[in-house]
Amino acid sequence: MFRLEARTSTPAWFNLALPLVAIAATLILCSGLIAIAGAGVIEAYGVMLSASLGDSYAITETLVRAAPMIFTGLAVAIAFRAKFWNIGAEGQLLAGAVASCFVGAIPMPGYLAMLLMALVGAAAGALVALVPATLRVKFKVDDVVSSLLLNSVIYYALMALIEGPWKDTFSGYPISPPIEDSANFPVLVEGTRLHLGVVVALIAAPLCWFLIARTTLGFRIRVTGENPEAARYGGINVQRVLLSTALLSGALAGLAGVGEVGGVHFQVMSDISPGYGYSGIVVAMLARLNPLGVVPAAIFLAAVMTGAEAMSRATGVPAFLSDVIQGTALLAMLVALLFTAYRIRRVGAQT
Amino acid sequence: MSAVFEQIFQVGFLAAIIRIATPLAFATLGEMFSERAGVLNLGIEGIMLLSAMAGFTAASLSGSLWLGVLVAVLVGALMGALHALFTVALGLSQHVCGIGVTLFSSGLAYFLYRLIFGQQSVPPSIDGFKTVPIPLLSDIPILGPAVFSQFTLVYMAIIAVPLAAFVLYRTPWGLSVRMVGENPRAADSAGVSVIATRFQAVILGGALMGLAGAFLTMAQFNAFTFGVVSGRGWVAIALVVFGRWDPWRSAGAALLFAFVDALQLRMQASGLGHIPYEAFLMLPFIFTIVAMAFMSRSAVAPSALLKPFRREER
Repeated sequence: MFRLEARTSTPAWFNLALPLVAIAATLILCSGLIAIAGAGVIEAYGVMLSASLGDSYAITETLVRAAPMIFTGLAVAIAFRAKFWNIGAEGQLLAGAVASCFVGAIPMPGYLAMLLMALVGAAAGALVALVPATLRVKFKVDDVVSSLLLNSVIYYALMALIEGPWKDTFSGYPISPPIEDSANFPVLVEGTRLHLGVVVALIAAPLCWFLIARTTLGFRIRVTGENPEAARYGGINVQRVLLSTALLSGALAGLAGVGEVGGVHFQVMSDISPGYGYSGIVVAMLARLNPLGVVPAAIFLAAVMTGAEAMSRATGVPAFLSDVIQGTALLAMLVALLFTAYRIRRVGAQT
Repeated sequence: MSAVFEQIFQVGFLAAIIRIATPLAFATLGEMFSERAGVLNLGIEGIMLLSAMAGFTAASLSGSLWLGVLVAVLVGALMGALHALFTVALGLSQHVCGIGVTLFSSGLAYFLYRLIFGQQSVPPSIDGFKTVPIPLLSDIPILGPAVFSQFTLVYMAIIAVPLAAFVLYRTPWGLSVRMVGENPRAADSAGVSVIATRFQAVILGGALMGLAGAFLTMAQFNAFTFGVVSGRGWVAIALVVFGRWDPWRSAGAALLFAFVDALQLRMQASGLGHIPYEAFLMLPFIFTIVAMAFMSRSAVAPSALLKPFRREER
């Protein structure tokens, strides 16, 4: 007879082991789909790996893809730490993209444009995230549903812009006018797409870690999430912490959109984000809500996405395998997390 | 102005409302059952997509539309069971699991569709359901052609609403569902199995979401495209809240949304609209968010929503 038993503490190596176990389980489960598609499992994963991390160009492409997911992953990780259930990173990303595109299209010196794009984009994301947080604090509205529904509102607002005032009058395509060339984020390695925003994302992760682990605000965020009653008792203004968390989380998600506009697309279109906001949830969970873990988790998902396209060309397995891997990884990680709360204990026959 | 009105409010317009409302009604009822039992199912968007794809594929390969519907319902129920396994049996967080189920099911739908049908310039289509006019009733002016000359699935949706209300409010099982959603502890003391009831409600919910998906690919569009659901699952989440977790109100909310949607389609087609159509599409979401702020005081949401139940934890 086995039974689940509550754990009081978890060993430190779990933080690393659990995501690895979840990812391994995911790859094993998804190998079934590769087999159904009639390809060799080892070959398919091999192509995936070499096309995403096999040479320096591939690595830059993977990093470019990872950047928005690092930002949305950080956004979700910080929000979830405070138990502010921000499912709205997707909408906040789009808001950041739209706002930064507005600014980037205004002629001004390049460095100023980039700085303003980042500020305005972050502010736009923060404002969007403030809505569900305010509703929760003031009206006790469930933040899961309100933040999720806001994604659709922002998406349709974006569509209204690119099919209305922003529409390309020349081609008739629903895309925004491009930002000024001088506002394009500088490419760091000649011949690649590795732009400044990627480095900013990589720096943002340790900064967020420092904020959560070493600052007063970070402490308040953690206590609010772990035990709001204790936080209140300890004199922490829980509502204010939730609002600050929302601003921070939204700003980070907004920056994901800024990076896509300034460094990758240079304009806004309807599919500027292939669900990076939702991927942020996967990234944050794989990272166990640790900002430092967000980077490898985002790189893993990005590698799967870039690798899947090459795998598809080489083996004929549909590239949508990367979407399945993403969903499976999230579910596998959730199951793996059970081991942090419970352990399986053998109990005697007397039961 | 009256010419505009005439152009908009014709029989075809009413029929369009009913058709747009049908998948939403199924999906909304499905989500409602799940939430009344205390389980938020954010997997709805992906479950609808996967069922739409599975139903379409089954119909297209077998030539039988009803087999397609059956497959869609079974796939929906299966994904509901998956969500219940994670959230009810294992007690994992409902919102994150829901997003996981949506990501997984949509990914699987895209993957399998591409695998089975390949990449074609024109997406393959099927001969979808034909309308089945009901004798006598379809002769009623205006209402007849709009409501009683529809697909069988539409009639099923119309019957599903009172049926859902009956099941929820007038049967022992419905009472159990409401109990485990409101106060699982009390339900458990009263001898109701919380785990089993929640499983059943989420599976029933998934089956209804499957019907919604089936309607999209076998009656409304007669083809599967990657955007075939395009946020209808999220709309259903909003409608359940807007409809205060009640079958009648939720179905009413679905009709209201369908009216707004049909109106924006007409305005786009007639070239009358200076208002961007997206403004209409945003409305249900904005209304719901505002309504949530007002409703929060009256606490109509199932009390145990989002809360896992573990018998040994007191």
